[in-house]
Amino acid sequence: MNETFLYAVISLVALGATSAVILFFVAQKFKVIEDPRIDIVNDALPGANCGGCGFAGCRNFAESIIKAGSLEGFSCPAGGNATMTSVAELLGMVAAETEPQIAVIRCNGSMINSPAKVQLDGADSCAFAHYLFAGEGGCSHGCLGLADCVRSCIFDAIYMDSESGLPIVKDNCIACGACVKACPRAIIELRDKGKKDRRIFVSCVNQEKGAPAKKNCSVACIGCGKCVKVCPFEAITMNNNLAYIDYSKCKLCRKCVPECPTDAIHELNFPPRKIVTTEEAATASV
Amino acid sequence: MKTFALGGVHPEEAKVSAAKAVEILPLPQKVIVPLGQNLGAPSKALVKKGDEVKVGQLIATAEAFISSNIHSPVSGKVEKVDDYLDSTGYRRPAIFIDVIGDDWDSTIDTSKEIVSEISLSSTEIIQKMKDMGIVGLGGATFPSHVKLMLPDGKKAEYLIINGVECEPYLTSDHRLMLERGEEMMIGVRILMKGLQVQKALIGIEANKPDAIQALTSLVAHFPGIEVHALKVQYPQGGEKQLIKALLNREVPSGKLPIEVGCVVNNVGTAFAVYEAIQKNKPLVERIVTVTGSNIQNPGNYLVRIGTPVRELLEKAGWNPETAGKIINGGPMMGKAVSSTDVPVVKGTSGILVFDQEESKRPNVQACIRCAKCVSVCPMGLEPYLIARASEIGMYEIAENEHAMDCMECGSCQYTCPSARPLLDHLRLGKNKVAHIIRTRKN
Repeated sequence: MNETFLYAVISLVALGATSAVILFFVAQKFKVIEDPRIDIVNDALPGANCGGCGFAGCRNFAESIIKAGSLEGFSCPAGGNATMTSVAELLGMVAAETEPQIAVIRCNGSMINSPAKVQLDGADSCAFAHYLFAGEGGCSHGCLGLADCVRSCIFDAIYMDSESGLPIVKDNCIACGACVKACPRAIIELRDKGKKDRRIFVSCVNQEKGAPAKKNCSVACIGCGKCVKVCPFEAITMNNNLAYIDYSKCKLCRKCVPECPTDAIHELNFPPRKIVTTEEAATASV
Repeated sequence: MKTFALGGVHPEEAKVSAAKAVEILPLPQKVIVPLGQNLGAPSKALVKKGDEVKVGQLIATAEAFISSNIHSPVSGKVEKVDDYLDSTGYRRPAIFIDVIGDDWDSTIDTSKEIVSEISLSSTEIIQKMKDMGIVGLGGATFPSHVKLMLPDGKKAEYLIINGVECEPYLTSDHRLMLERGEEMMIGVRILMKGLQVQKALIGIEANKPDAIQALTSLVAHFPGIEVHALKVQYPQGGEKQLIKALLNREVPSGKLPIEVGCVVNNVGTAFAVYEAIQKNKPLVERIVTVTGSNIQNPGNYLVRIGTPVRELLEKAGWNPETAGKIINGGPMMGKAVSSTDVPVVKGTSGILVFDQEESKRPNVQACIRCAKCVSVCPMGLEPYLIARASEIGMYEIAENEHAMDCMECGSCQYTCPSARPLLDHLRLGKNKVAHIIRTRKN
């Protein structure tokens, strides 16, 4: 009985020892020399693997930085400037400061503004609905409200508002761009967060002429061009009956907002305006 | 009895309008003639606002190779050339015509007299089909003259005429075979001459014994044409299924029927070809079945292209209060329309209106891996897999699993015990894969 144990132990030890010797030499022969800085950079990254930097995960991002040898053109939206500065310190390089961005939903075609004329009876997916029909409200550019963007977000930074049927972006959005890719109608845009989180944007992507656009949605951009005329900084352009505010030129003066006849221009996080009554306005003009 | 090899389902036939003779629908006040009525490139409008047109006058012309001419279905004045909302709600270009009287172009022979002598040559037939704007009337609306122009090195052996009408509810082809059988047979002879083939096979599902008998009695006068009864099984009328059933030949994946020496045309197309070649009459009207649980008088109507669907529904007696879904086409492959203002186009074979109760889809449940969809797929695909791949955006998998071979017959979704939207995702996947293939080529 004891002998059986003995043979087994001896043979296994012998097998293990031989294999160890072979494996040692094999490991020497096929050793992969990896830059130790990759691990250092990887540890400094958030590890969310969101793909917002344009690379396949954080490690690929770290590898690409080391390969490039400089931080030019690299930015981590999940970690922001803080992460990039710490990476720069670790590598002794210089990171360019980037403006933090956030996703904005450029559609306000809620159930009230764009009431449903037909009902979708089919798969619960924006991609499919976009291929199938124009939308319940009739607007062929607007939000379909089936939450492809919400499903694409790994940061839980976007949710569907049950009252309006539109998605709402939360403050913890880091602008990785997953929802921008998921939206089949290119409604979501990444824009600069702006000073004190203040933003002004045209909340519509409808490129139809005024009348058909307004017919389907009461808050559609009708391409009247009033905002373009009133903007003192030439930040607003009109293309295909649709106004677009360039966030790099916009100085957040808010002149365009009251000018819009359909309330298509949105301002976010601004203090409430002074309410000017008609009497005051009359005295002011005198 | 002959049938195809793989899969298939047997939905309730519900051909309630089969015994109703074709009625002529009164002219509407206004028609909307879409410029994109065929598979392929849309046509280019030749008329402008204020132009007066006659029935049969060319109003839009084909510019691309796969495209077709469009003729005015009514006489009157062009109101405008503008966008209209198509059945999906998207804007597409169309010609709007106000109807005034019913003044036919003088070259068109409107008499009932049957002309059986085929005087044109093969190339003349193809050219005239192109001029007259003939497209496949089975539903896919592929320009018919392109089908007859065989690629170099290919030779057709058989002309196959599709009289199967396997979609439940629809009876327009059935009525056509019964009422205009002789004209249709001449149309088949014309197509045979155009293709330069000696044999034509007509396939008809066995649930239409009267049509089979009517055509069989005519066969003696038309050499080279055979009529075959086929098993009642959906989708017997699929092009590839029909070839398999009649000739036991299999069309390779991604290839056209000409690969196995066949060209398939619908009975409706054969009749339209007869009218175009022998009577000089372009494709300006077609037979549409109006049926469904919401319709009081289900029937078959001869309708001018461009007539709003509403006119048809009012004629057949629908109840807008209880109507749940209006479907363009059959219940298996048709798509719901978003408005009753959409016009009848060359590809409209039927309009179905279901009551609210009947039109509801069952609640979607999780896939239980029963593989029923795999066993009924007539193309031998794995619908659950392609649908899932499309759902999560893995279109490479969908492509590798031959999503492009799917013909959207809907058998998988019909049979799914969990009522999963398989066809929805398959259609999306096909669309995306087709786009990927196109971009790869460029």
